[in-house]
Amino acid sequence: MSKYYVNKFLFTVDRDPEYLKRYIEDPKSFVATWEQSIGPKLNDAERSTVNSLTDAEREALVNHDYVALFEMGAHFFLNLTMYIGIYDEPYMTRSGPLSFQREFAAKLQHWRDKDYPSVET
Amino acid sequence: MAQLVATLASTHHPFYLKATTMPPEQQMPQAPEWKRKVEAYRETLAKTKPDILVMIGSDHFHQIFLDNCPQFLIGKAPRYDATFYNEEREFGIPKYVLEGDEAMSRFMHQHLMDQDFDFAFSNELKIDHSIICPIITVRPQNDLPVVPIYTNIFAPPLPSPRRFYNLGRAIRKAIDDYPSDSRVAAIGTGHLSLELGGPRQFMETGPDPVFDRQAIEWLRNGDIEAILDNVTHESMIKSGNATQGFLNFILMLGVAGPENADYVDNLDLFHTMEAYFTWYPKEQAA
Repeated sequence: MSKYYVNKFLFTVDRDPEYLKRYIEDPKSFVATWEQSIGPKLNDAERSTVNSLTDAEREALVNHDYVALFEMGAHFFLNLTMYIGIYDEPYMTRSGPLSFQREFAAKLQHWRDKDYPSVET
Repeated sequence: MAQLVATLASTHHPFYLKATTMPPEQQMPQAPEWKRKVEAYRETLAKTKPDILVMIGSDHFHQIFLDNCPQFLIGKAPRYDATFYNEEREFGIPKYVLEGDEAMSRFMHQHLMDQDFDFAFSNELKIDHSIICPIITVRPQNDLPVVPIYTNIFAPPLPSPRRFYNLGRAIRKAIDDYPSDSRVAAIGTGHLSLELGGPRQFMETGPDPVFDRQAIEWLRNGDIEAILDNVTHESMIKSGNATQGFLNFILMLGVAGPENADYVDNLDLFHTMEAYFTWYPKEQAA
């Protein structure tokens, strides 16, 4: 498990309109590109060799599966804000304000009154 | 010496600007009341005529990330850009440039180090909505230099509640000792109970209205003993997964000292309790 690397995915994509667009349009191909050339990047000259996603993490990211990411202990703020960036507008148009946020909460109801997975990395 | 003229502690709701400036027919029903409350709160700062703002907030993974994550950080720069792309996208907050005060940042940094708070620092800090929201609410003309201070309320392990309070005390001492005739206001933002990205997000109230009411009473009475007896990292997380933003309120009570607040207001919004506190140092309040 690499909670840090999952968070790095969420962090790098949420903050970059071009990456976000590619992740919306073709998540499978974008996640592959991210693992190959974006995730390892430390700066324009340096690359890290030490991190990788597990199969379950890759699958959750490819499927926009924020429930699985929550359960893996991805940081709640990054997990929410990036998927709001993807789904808020279409949900708003279809079902009104906060409809995506409420669906997000509804899908996590089985965690109510339980200790959530730790976000500590 | 510099004079602390006011200590403000409030929630920072990133949708305030959008909610109160969209066409009236699209606004939520509480928008006019929210605007009135914020404008009344703004006056508690304006009437003290500050020259410098010491701003306490917490980066939300905008500049700071898990590859390099300070507990406490001070900005030391002549000016600060503000508002990241994803905050414009999500909250509709515009970009700002804030003037800095390098001399005061440098003094505060050294003073806090001398008081055993080993701060990280940044000479190129881009500010996020934890500091821009209070600019929008209490100083929208953005006409004063700032000394920005960031705390980690987000990436565990976090410093203890007592450490946040003691840091507030240390910031107060640094302001009081600053060799200048400036009038300084300290402004910090955080949250009461809050859930983000979890099953209790965006309900009709905040995730723990009982905690919210209790927290407001503690702050109203300046009751740091009750806060430190009752509030732990575990209790905050039970009240909502993002409730550790309350640590910045504890810090601000440290700046003010364990005194009754001079101004207290709150507003129950759809998924969070908004709260606004101002303390005036006793010698000025008289």
